[in-house]
Amino acid sequence: MLKIIFTEDFIRIILAAVSVMAFVGANGLVLVYMERKLAGHIQRRPGPYEVGWHGLLQPFADAGKLVGKQLFMPDGVDALLYWLAPLVSFLWVLVLFIPIPFSPSLTAYDMDLGLVLILAFAGINLLALCMAGWGSNNKWSLLGAARAVAQSVAYEIPLLLAVLAVAFASGSLNLSTVVQYQGGWPWQWNVITQPLAFVVYFICAVAETNRAPFDLPEAESELTAGFHTEYSGMAFGLFFLAEYAKMIVVCALATALFLGGWKGPLFSGVWWFLAKMYLLLFVMIWIRWTYPRVRFDQLLNINWKWLLPISLANLMATALFVKIF
Amino acid sequence: MHYDLNREQISGDVYTNRFAQGQSEDTLILNMGPQHPSTHGVLRVILELDGEYILRAEPVLGYLHRMHEAMAENRTYLQYMPNMGRVDYVHALGWNWAYVGAVERLGGIEVPRRAEFIRVITCELNRIASHLLWWGTYLLDLGAFTPIMYAFEDRERILDILQSVSGSRLTYSFFRPGGVAFDLTDDFLAEVRSFIPHLRKRLPMYRVLVTDNIILRHRCEKVGELPLEMCRRYGATGPVLRGSGLVHDVRRAEPYGVYPELAFEIPSEATCDAMGRYLVRMAELEQCLNILEQALAEIPAGEHLVKGAPKPRWKAPAGETYFATEGARGKIGVHLVSDGSATPYRCKLRSPSFSNLSLFAELASGILLSDAVSILGSLDLVIPEIDR
Repeated sequence: MLKIIFTEDFIRIILAAVSVMAFVGANGLVLVYMERKLAGHIQRRPGPYEVGWHGLLQPFADAGKLVGKQLFMPDGVDALLYWLAPLVSFLWVLVLFIPIPFSPSLTAYDMDLGLVLILAFAGINLLALCMAGWGSNNKWSLLGAARAVAQSVAYEIPLLLAVLAVAFASGSLNLSTVVQYQGGWPWQWNVITQPLAFVVYFICAVAETNRAPFDLPEAESELTAGFHTEYSGMAFGLFFLAEYAKMIVVCALATALFLGGWKGPLFSGVWWFLAKMYLLLFVMIWIRWTYPRVRFDQLLNINWKWLLPISLANLMATALFVKIF
Repeated sequence: MHYDLNREQISGDVYTNRFAQGQSEDTLILNMGPQHPSTHGVLRVILELDGEYILRAEPVLGYLHRMHEAMAENRTYLQYMPNMGRVDYVHALGWNWAYVGAVERLGGIEVPRRAEFIRVITCELNRIASHLLWWGTYLLDLGAFTPIMYAFEDRERILDILQSVSGSRLTYSFFRPGGVAFDLTDDFLAEVRSFIPHLRKRLPMYRVLVTDNIILRHRCEKVGELPLEMCRRYGATGPVLRGSGLVHDVRRAEPYGVYPELAFEIPSEATCDAMGRYLVRMAELEQCLNILEQALAEIPAGEHLVKGAPKPRWKAPAGETYFATEGARGKIGVHLVSDGSATPYRCKLRSPSFSNLSLFAELASGILLSDAVSILGSLDLVIPEIDR
């Protein structure tokens, strides 16, 4: 009986889920520090400096503060949706890490439909934003949720098309195979053969993770805080952590799809994967602290008028190319 | 923790109830403010939204009312000076000047020539600080976090410079009827001289980094278009008026101080949109530096306060007077009526932000919520000035 339940796959997935949790938590702390420090230096100030050496313990102080805050529920909220939203927002992210190949041996579960799994589960976050926006009984939250729906629905399409172009070229939806298909040197990466797909993917990734300049669902100068206006303490903390986890996922996916994954010119291994991933994260943070926010109609125009035709044409061209050669 | 507020009892305040009448059913009444990140202080705007589009907007004032005008009637002429720094704390010296100008005109007080130059130098420095603050917060409204830090770096230097002579960093009470409170030191002049090339170097960077950014251009161009005719109807002044194409500046239209002797241009843009107002203010920064340079070169030696300047119990001759200055936000006017006693009989303050805000309601109908934020920022409102 035990042998039927505790199969090798089952144990592997449980272990993977625990390590993914640890990975997301640890990287969340690193990203909080990185974001605050980078923002500081971009704004010509030192950033966090007081807690620990060069503010290294600042993320722990932040986390401690969030955990210690009162969990406030305003009057008239839909309690079930209100409390479920942060959980839904965070928990699905763990699934997304399962097919990501950090190195040949460091993949939680190597599956043939890994890419499909990520794209499918990426949509669940939207549900969390909707629940938070609707359940909060706050007009700002509602507006934020409405924005989130339109934005996510719009930007998932070019994202999908850009990713599909790479899948066509590599002939597989298995992320490990896509990485194997690429070489160690930068000119052997998919970003060289599929530059348009990479650009479209990255723009969509920024929009999907609700990062500036596409952070409209939580545009604080317009909607106070958007969908998480009413959340406090760790409920807000979970939204916050989910945003960082999403950033890690999209950057990890970009690393596997476009930047050769764990492969490098020398000493291929997980460190190459992490280095490339953090480079992309750095760019995302850099963009956030540099640009103003776009307006909502402009956001949709960028998508429907530019990204969608470009990614569609790119997919067609890739398909034709694969068919001919 | 669940706070049980009885929802049936809450039905909104008098403004919401008045505003809610006659609405259609599928619209949303939204309170923007008085605590909202982009209303800069305690401005409250009630909006009727259809999706993201604003159908109606109504500003609600009075959350920062401090009875400045009534206070004038209970204080002597000199005791009222500190109030002037608090009407518009961002360009406090513009108000300082308008008030002491009115008192001087009422009492027929001569101002020493050196004091006039000191007034020009400090007032223009304050104007630069005000525009830099506006620039930073406007971009903050548009979602760019970094420029305000750059702006504050420069503004900080101005505040330090002005602190060294006036003693305060924000709410200056530096001018006196008949001159200014303290004379400028050589250190002060040297600091200002070194600040001018510093800001001259920074302005091109601001242009490259922010003004030419395509996202910013799209957020400002063709947003909040304000025809000149509408500006005239609402009495808009300052950069808002100049951004609509009229070259009008109180420093030239109703000259005061030593401005007629100084050469400077009055920037204006005919585009009438938020970008026009943005560009006018950025051009004004450069003009402020030109004025500063000339004033520093020409400042004479002499007294900073005229002999026999009004003492605290000074009695103004009976009569009435009006004095206007060009503030960072527009025309500042002070109307003083005296009955011959030591306190003003009436003091009317004409604040530019009040007129500039009043056109928002008309401007805001039919636009996106994001544009409303952009427009409010481009009007450069300082809420204490609206409420007085």
